[in-house]
Order: sequence, then structure tokens, then C-alpha cells
Amino acid sequence: MTFNWFKFASPASFYPLAGRLIRSFWILTGVLLVIGLYWGFFQTADQLGGSNPQKEYYRIIFIHVPAAWMSMWLYIVLVFWAAIGLVFNTRLSFMMANAVAPTGAVFTFLALWTGAFWGRPSWGTYWDWDPRLTSELVLFFMYIGYIALHSAIDDTRRADRASALLAIVGLVMVPVIYWSINCPDPTQCAALHQRSGLGKIDTNILFSMLTMTLAFWMYSFATSLMRLRSIILTREAEASWVQELVSQEHPQ
Amino acid sequence: MWAVFWCVLKRDLLLALRRRTDVLTTLFFFIIVVSLFPLGVGTERQVLQILGPGVVWVAALLASMLALERLFAADYEDGTLEQMLLTAQPLSLLVLAKISAHWLLTGLPLVLIAPLVGMQYHLSDTQIGVMLLALLLGTPILSLIGAIGAALTLGLRGGGILLALLILPLYIPVLVYGAGAVEVSRIALADTEPYLLLLSAFLLAALTLAPLAAAAALRISLE
Repeated sequence: MTFNWFKFASPASFYPLAGRLIRSFWILTGVLLVIGLYWGFFQTADQLGGSNPQKEYYRIIFIHVPAAWMSMWLYIVLVFWAAIGLVFNTRLSFMMANAVAPTGAVFTFLALWTGAFWGRPSWGTYWDWDPRLTSELVLFFMYIGYIALHSAIDDTRRADRASALLAIVGLVMVPVIYWSINCPDPTQCAALHQRSGLGKIDTNILFSMLTMTLAFWMYSFATSLMRLRSIILTREAEASWVQELVSQEHPQ
Repeated sequence: MWAVFWCVLKRDLLLALRRRTDVLTTLFFFIIVVSLFPLGVGTERQVLQILGPGVVWVAALLASMLALERLFAADYEDGTLEQMLLTAQPLSLLVLAKISAHWLLTGLPLVLIAPLVGMQYHLSDTQIGVMLLALLLGTPILSLIGAIGAALTLGLRGGGILLALLILPLYIPVLVYGAGAVEVSRIALADTEPYLLLLSAFLLAALTLAPLAAAAALRISLE
């Protein structure tokens, strides 16, 4: 049996597939969100800080950590599609990179925002120049730069390729930037690392956190595919299959 | 192959020396920004000593970024750039020559004026020396990374402000270690070595990778 991998690389054949996928991704998002939030609020230890009820705010991590993880992961996804687009010259890959970017930017912003709410009760300040916070802020700038460059160029082909190159340059620079923020003093780097690991987290909290991460992931799929469908329609507006689609839905 | 490098370098230098104001504006921008800070934050000696390294570096970042807009713009407008793309010589080498000329015209003057600026902030002699060295290593990196952004935003409306948005986040490592070296030299000169070594490493990496990326960006922009 031969399977044509490139069949769905054509916008015309991917458009209906995306339409079918979006519904299941939304359902998955809903179900996982409900499970994750329920578990996070009712099945985890009530007072993590012993007798101190103020520590209840730790439940922010069920939004904060998954959002931060997704913000980083989506940048890698973005660069992946941008690179595929540059190498294989496939239009759909650029559209995919383009569709992922706003969702990634939103998650980065969400991580920063919830981080501020976390910082206020636990550190006594909304913002601190903690390495993790600063790197997340830089990541946000990268997303904004990508989106800004893409929307500044009118010619779609140039916009796609230029912003793809920018995204790749960004990914090369990310480890260096992260490292430089993490270790402002190159000789004392290790002292700054926060020691944390998934194995040290309470099982209920971990379960809820991972479920929320999956929910956010499914949400990213759903929103990116929806955005992708609009991008396809806008860019292929002249194509005959789009014209047919429109005339079917709006018969004159 | 190096003949073409020298040729482009000489041409760019010659062109710039015929219009000296371009070079001087960048330099004076740097001096003005640095001189405005004490007026804003107060002229207390200790405050200035602490702020000095960071302010000088941020001003250098902004000055070199503002100058970047002109890196390819003139050649783009009169069509020279298109001819460069068509030559049989490797484009990244031509780009490297242009970047070198650009650094000699906008980066090097900043480095040379830095001691004067350091005195404005009451930095000690060792600190000024370290700052000179750090700027000497750091400003070429700014020109190299910036060239990628300049190539990407070539001929766009609002190119300058867009360039800032794209490039400034990428300047962070240079800023951190460049200012860090000067800061550390206040306490012990020996401690600056890792900073300067890291800056040198960044310079070598940027020297090999950035011209390639900038050349690719130029091809995309001029397609």
C-alpha cells in the first residue's frame, strides 16, 4: 500500500480535514479541562502550607505551568513548520507556522500574567527579575517580533520566508539568551538554578497539571487549525475550490 | 576571493567618508543618550558609578541599531545590492565586507569615545579599560546580528522601529556580559576574564553564522 504523505500538504485537501479535526479537538479540550480543573481544585491537598490557608494560591500552577510549557513548545512547533516551509517550499507549512504564532503568544502572556499573580502573594511583588520570568518575557518579544515582521510585509511569499528565517535565528539564539539571563555571572551559574523535578511533586497535583497541559495542547490544536482554515481561505480566495465552497454555502 | 572583500570594504568606507554626517550622527546620538541619563536619575557619584556600565551598553545597543537601517538601504535603492546578488562571489562574503565597513564606521567610533563617556560616570581607570575591551569585542557582534534584521526589514514601511523589535531581544547576551564585565572589574580585575572570553566566543560564532543568515535574508528580501 502506498500512502501519499504529501496529499495533505495541499491546502485544498487539508481544509476539509482540518474542519473535521477541529470538532474533536474542541471536545478533547473541554473534557480534559473539566477533569484537570476538577482534580486540581477538589482532589489535591487543601492546605499545602500546613495551617496557613493563604497558600491556597498554589493552584495557580494548574494554569501557569501548562501555559509556560505550551508557550515554549509552540515556539518549537512554529520553527519546525517554518523550517519545513523553507526546505520543501510548501505553502501550507508557512500557513501552519503563521497559525500557531498567536496561540503561542497568548500562552506566553498567560504564563507571565498568572506568574505575576503568583509572585504577589509568594514573593510580595508582581514582577521580579527572576531568570525564568525574564526568559519568558524575551520569548514573548520573539513571538511579537515574528508576528510584527509577518504583518509588515505585504508580499505573502516574502513575509512567509522572512519571518521563517527570523524564527529560526530566534531559536538558535534562545539557548544563548536563556543561559545569559540564567547565569549573569558565568562563574557562579549553578548556584542560581532552582532545583525542581516532576518526581518531587505530589501525585494529585502532577496529574492535574499534566491533564491541564494536555487540555491546553488540544486547545492549541483547535485554535491553530481554526486560524489555519481562515488563512487558507484568505490566501486561496482566487482558487476555484474556494469559489465553489463559497457558492455552495451562499447560493445567489 | 578576498579581493572582492577588500573591494566592497573600501567602496563602503569611501562612500561613507564622502558623507561624513552619517557617521557623526550615530556617534553624537550615543553621546547624547549617555549624557541625558545623569540629568534624569540625578548626578550622585555613587548612583552614576553603578548605572554607568549598563547605560553605556544600552546606549551602544541603540546607537548601533539605529545605524543598521542604513546598512543595506542605499545599495538597495540604487540597485547595487541586486548586482551583488548576481555576482559569482559568495554573497555572505560580500555581506561580511559590508558589515565590517559598517562596524568601522559606527561601532569603532563608539569604542573610541567610550573612555570619555566613562569619565562622565566617574568610572575608575581599570573599569574604563575593561569597558573599552568589552565594547571592542561586543559592538561587532551587534553589527553582525543586526545585519540579519536589517536584511529582513529591507525596504519595509516602518522598517526602523520594526528592526528594533526584532533585533533588541537578540542583543541581550551581549548586554548582560558586556555590562557584567565592567561591573565586575570594579571589585576584581581577574574576575572579568570569563566575561571577556564569553564575548569572544559570541563574536566568533556570530562571525561565522551571521553573514550566512544575513545573506539568506537578503535573497528572501530581494526575490
